[in-house]
Amino acid sequence: MAEVTNASVLATLQEKFGDAIEHAYEPYGMLTAFVKREQIIDILRFLKEDSTIQMNFLTSLCGIHYPNNEGKELGVIYHLHSFTNNFRMRLEVFFPAADVDMPTATVLWPTANWMERETFEFYGINFVGHPDLRIILNVEDMDYHPLLKQYPLEDDTRTDKDDRYFGRDDNKGVHFDKFPGKAQLPNK
Amino acid sequence: MSNVQIVNEPPVGLQGEGFLVTNLSAVVGMARKNSLWPLPFATSCCGIEFMSTMGPNYDLSRFGMERLSFSPRQADLLMVMGTIAKKMGPILRHVYEQMAEPRWVIAVGACASSGGVFDSYSVLQGIDKVIPVDVYVPGCPPRPEQIIQGIMQIQELAASESLRRRNGDQYKALLDSYNIK
Ligand code: SF4
Repeated sequence: MAEVTNASVLATLQEKFGDAIEHAYEPYGMLTAFVKREQIIDILRFLKEDSTIQMNFLTSLCGIHYPNNEGKELGVIYHLHSFTNNFRMRLEVFFPAADVDMPTATVLWPTANWMERETFEFYGINFVGHPDLRIILNVEDMDYHPLLKQYPLEDDTRTDKDDRYFGRDDNKGVHFDKFPGKAQLPNK
Repeated sequence: MSNVQIVNEPPVGLQGEGFLVTNLSAVVGMARKNSLWPLPFATSCCGIEFMSTMGPNYDLSRFGMERLSFSPRQADLLMVMGTIAKKMGPILRHVYEQMAEPRWVIAVGACASSGGVFDSYSVLQGIDKVIPVDVYVPGCPPRPEQIIQGIMQIQELAASESLRRRNGDQYKALLDSYNIK
């Protein structure tokens, strides 16, 4: 059996999916590929079912929000693990905040169910085809997606805090826009 | 530890050979004070501190609370120790509502008192947003000695509380302000 390495998996993916693999890099030695939303499920299915790569386990699925990254504000990240080959990798998909439909990975791994509910809850990403897309962690009547950066992290009902010690003049929390610099996606 | 008094002297009154005449509320207060049944509502790190408070080193039992009550219906004292998420708020309130009068509440730690370090959309900013609190114990987490001091203050409240307080207008207004019953 051929050894599964970052280079071999990337080469296989590029050969099979071509343009759908936008770019890839290896932070801390972990293969991380940025892929197109349209092909994500095909790529995941290939990785899972390929007889050499055998990515049989979805370790994690989560969202991310870079509000200054225009046109690619929101992202979904998949962590995959092959028990057979002791090999891990990551897939990232980015898309505009105005268009939040993602295909669901529950068709491949049932474990994606709760992870996608959580991602929906915190980032408002709509997983099309998910069997039961409800919020899972916060109070049932939560009416916004709290980890989107336009919402303050802090609680409005806090009464015991002196804002002068926190460099703020209102109690509405620090907004992402007030930070200097932009959050950037790593380039090639 | 030798000077810790477990039960104070009997209430003041007219005393003689084999009898003591005093007022009822002093006797009831003394009985309540020394037989509190606490319901520990421990959700996080402060709860661990409570466990050592209950353990043999600090031994909360010597204050007359040998038995923890895990049913709110038999408990007198609700001890809230730890971070209360907003989702937990209604449950905490439900537990409080099931306790019979007289009932006391102690908020142990910064989280239960004010939200603590969790100034966050998901955390209740102090349990006094949903239920009335009698004693606050500051600290993150408080040392067992502090928890014991909080308990002793609850005991003082229990001992000195008038028997009619729970029927009073002020108390009713307090509960009304929390919209309880
Ligand atoms: S006050 Fe500190 S120790 Fe106590 S529950 Fe909160 S974070 Fe934990």
